[in-house]
Amino acid sequence: MGFHADINATRYSFPSLKVLLAKASPERSGDHLAGVSADGPVERIAAQHCLADVPLAAFLDDVLEVDGDAVTDLIAAQHDADAFSPVASLTVGEFRDWLLDPGTTGVRIAGVSPGLTPEMAAAVSKIMRAQDLIAVAAKIEVVTRFRSTIGLKGRLSTRNQPNHPTDDSRGIALSALDGLMMGAGDAVIGVNPATDTLPDYIRICEVLEAIRTQLDIPTQHCCLGHVSTAIAAIEAGAPIDLVFQSVAGSQKANDGFGVTLAMLDEAHDAVTQLARAPEGANLMYFETGQGAALSAEAHHGMDQQTMEARAYAVARRYRPLLVNTVVGFIGPEYLADGKQIIRAGLEDHFCGKLLGLPMGVDVCYTNHSYADQEDMDILLTTLAAAGVSFVITVPGADDIMLNYQSLAFHDAQFIRETLGRPPAPEFAAWMQTNGIGTPEITLPTLETALSRLRLPAG
Amino acid sequence: MSDPKPISRAEIGALTQARLSFGGRGRALTTGQALGFALDHAQARAAVLAELDTAQLAETLERVGLTHRVVASAAPSRDDFIRRPDLGRALPDRHAAALAEEAAPDVALVLGDGLSATAVHLNGPAFMSELSKRLSDAGMTVSPIILAHQARVALGDKVALALGAKTVVMALGERPGLSAADSLGVYLTHAPMAEIPDSARNCISNIREAGTSVEAAADQATRLIVAMQRSGQSGVALNQLLARDGALLTGP
Repeated sequence: MGFHADINATRYSFPSLKVLLAKASPERSGDHLAGVSADGPVERIAAQHCLADVPLAAFLDDVLEVDGDAVTDLIAAQHDADAFSPVASLTVGEFRDWLLDPGTTGVRIAGVSPGLTPEMAAAVSKIMRAQDLIAVAAKIEVVTRFRSTIGLKGRLSTRNQPNHPTDDSRGIALSALDGLMMGAGDAVIGVNPATDTLPDYIRICEVLEAIRTQLDIPTQHCCLGHVSTAIAAIEAGAPIDLVFQSVAGSQKANDGFGVTLAMLDEAHDAVTQLARAPEGANLMYFETGQGAALSAEAHHGMDQQTMEARAYAVARRYRPLLVNTVVGFIGPEYLADGKQIIRAGLEDHFCGKLLGLPMGVDVCYTNHSYADQEDMDILLTTLAAAGVSFVITVPGADDIMLNYQSLAFHDAQFIRETLGRPPAPEFAAWMQTNGIGTPEITLPTLETALSRLRLPAG
Repeated sequence: MSDPKPISRAEIGALTQARLSFGGRGRALTTGQALGFALDHAQARAAVLAELDTAQLAETLERVGLTHRVVASAAPSRDDFIRRPDLGRALPDRHAAALAEEAAPDVALVLGDGLSATAVHLNGPAFMSELSKRLSDAGMTVSPIILAHQARVALGDKVALALGAKTVVMALGERPGLSAADSLGVYLTHAPMAEIPDSARNCISNIREAGTSVEAAADQATRLIVAMQRSGQSGVALNQLLARDGALLTGP
């Protein structure tokens, strides 16, 4: 099936939905690298005109066109025809208008969400400006719970990310405590391990468990090792709150991460059986990011933003507590500059929320990108306006293990004060009890807090 | 039980380089912290955007008795190089043809800018000097030092193919962090070919004054190259062989 648009007596033709989606994508370096982007600005807008007239139902076909892809099969299996029925007759353009209509509440959008596929979400996002992506996402409330409640309207949660280049227990604890004293960590205290060995994984979980229990913090922790390591650590009896995994939008890309749906099913069962959370709590944590599939040469000719939305199908299978795109981490060959990173962050957040996920963003960049802290200020502020569930924070915006810049603990404070976005209610109460953010803080200084902490040996 | 003694700031500094705020009660970073961060980022950006100064490198290499050749990848500018890694891995035909005139060496030595020409200027010639001495002592022939503009790791494979070398050493600037823009990374590949997977490479990273010394890196690279030439393997396959038979590294 082909698609075409006539603009000023020139016919622009697109042989497939996959090509049309790619050509309609706002410009980014990764689509140029993949050779799928529009040939210039006019073809891009012609594709957007054409895309706006495509019926949403057309995306129920196999858009990726790869036989037997496990993510495609999952997307088909997830589609809920009853939920889809209120928007089943709309085109992509009419769907955008419906989403923006003041009469369409967040509850109504959440109602159709199980009927929407990632390709539909990606398609409509491509004809939405930044303010559209913000306005619609801001309507949708996705609430998840463990020891704290994340995603309530008007709040902003943070991941406290105390990474350390050698996974040193006290080095991790210092960064975690520094963040806690600034009110960071109500979404999760989560460490990316420098190594992926089982003993280190278990020790990191024990360090985080010691901090959580000894300071009596209503939050959860996570070591972001590979899911297979998490399964082994659960078997070994380690204190594990959340199981983490990076996921992507095709089976081949997930193979590159060494992960299958069967492994994720096994991990989800195992962590559920630990029963560390109240009944019905959300127990998984996923990270994604545009360009992941392309970098694994597993994009199958699809644009990077649609591939990213497909990763959300994997995530939503597990009712996760947290999902975030690591938007600027992958580098300038995928998202070249501040403008592209900002656009991608807003798209990912919008698509995630539209598909029912508790979407957060790692507002970040690398030193070889054409971006700086000011771009991150703008992305953070616009995401806060869009109601982002959580953002990632590290000491002084400098991740000393992964060597990239994320947000500082201070940056979340800026949003709390400027836009009035308190953290999760349970965590806010804990902060109040300890006087955090006031001159009457009762937590000891960092020097004393570390020496009092009883950390596991090793 | 009495309270344990607080840990000192000096001890904390030895444990972590994290930009801790020590329970800073204020909303914003201090002016000093903000401007300090901006300077670190500016230095990293300058290193990323720096062009390889081949004239200066050539002079330094000549002083230690090394000859050189200059090539460039298919990326026409620094900006293209950063956005298009595929171009940084491709060697234009005219450069390949010029290299084919050289006598085929055992080991091709390539010094490329990668993501930090600054790192190459600081540590590149010293590393190549130490390495070529060790390889000559081990009875191997080496190529002139191939200075490569806008170079990614896989450009080294194309250089080695053009030269007819058995093994390639590709040294280039690593992506600058906020605290260091002077790290050199070295990738060693045996029997290189086009589209060779990264799993066929051995890597030595963080070569800089405050990290791995050029002497230690040259020692390690020499041992690995000797093992590659004996076993015909590199990368994961070589590591597996070495795990079974460490004598490949040290034996006669």
